[in-house]
Amino acid sequence: MGSVFTLLRHPQSAFTFFSPLIPRATMSLSAKEKDLIRSFFSKVSGKMDVVGHEALSRMLMVYPQTKTYFSHWKDLTPGSEPVRKHGKTIMEGVKEGVNNIDDLPAGLVNLSELHAYTLRVDPSNFKILSHCILVVLSMMFPGDFTPEVHVAMDKFLTNVALALSEKYR
Amino acid sequence: MVVWTDAERAAITGVFKKLDYDFVGLNALGRCLIVYPWTRRYFATFGNLFNADSIMGNAKVAAHGKVVLTGLETAMKNMDNIKNSFAPLSALHSEKLHVDPDNFGLLADCITIVVAAQMGSAFTADVQAAWQKF
Repeated sequence: MGSVFTLLRHPQSAFTFFSPLIPRATMSLSAKEKDLIRSFFSKVSGKMDVVGHEALSRMLMVYPQTKTYFSHWKDLTPGSEPVRKHGKTIMEGVKEGVNNIDDLPAGLVNLSELHAYTLRVDPSNFKILSHCILVVLSMMFPGDFTPEVHVAMDKFLTNVALALSEKYR
Repeated sequence: MVVWTDAERAAITGVFKKLDYDFVGLNALGRCLIVYPWTRRYFATFGNLFNADSIMGNAKVAAHGKVVLTGLETAMKNMDNIKNSFAPLSALHSEKLHVDPDNFGLLADCITIVVAAQMGSAFTADVQAAWQKF
């Protein structure tokens, strides 16, 4: 999709495809969307570890620049122990988000401090990981991942990313 | 110019062989209009796009989804020369349709998600990498 769509524009660089670093506007979740997210997530939670591992593996393979954050791991290949473990950690964070869906910045304040002061992940990578999570959810739960669930989850993950970037500056 | 490995070419042509243009076209464009509602600004002549049900039932959305995929097929058939083969489409989208280029990424994400749902486990990480590059 990268080369096709970047070449639809007039003179371009390869990666203008990705969202720039500017923070995105918060689009708040409606009550209905929160219900959709909670009920969809209850279906997903049994397979959370698989979703996390698949999404992280795909992020590392499809967007190799993200590997730069994991140079301390011995093994970055799908199925390896660090990737499995970290996929699980990430999804536990997402679950925290679902549990604190009414006030994400407050509920995720510890994770926000971690990402801001210790990990210092460039916020553009949140969008990349969110996209990979949505791809995996779509593959694993095709019947449940309806367009309404898709928009609610996309908004939710965007808001989680914003909550994680709260403390950046 | 983009360089493709044999594995990447095989992955892309493999995806197209499995693609149901009607299904993927409607679902990808439909989801783009639902998940990123501001994209509806480009489709004022399509009639009722007010909610998910009306979008997914809209015949013009279905027809246009197929047009988009046919355009992608052109790219697949000209993988070593997408820039030149897309020159007329590029001019169309910029000079006539005035589409903000950020929207291409949004539609691309929706296409990827629908293709993934259709292909299931066959949409491996390698295939996804090749597809993202494409």
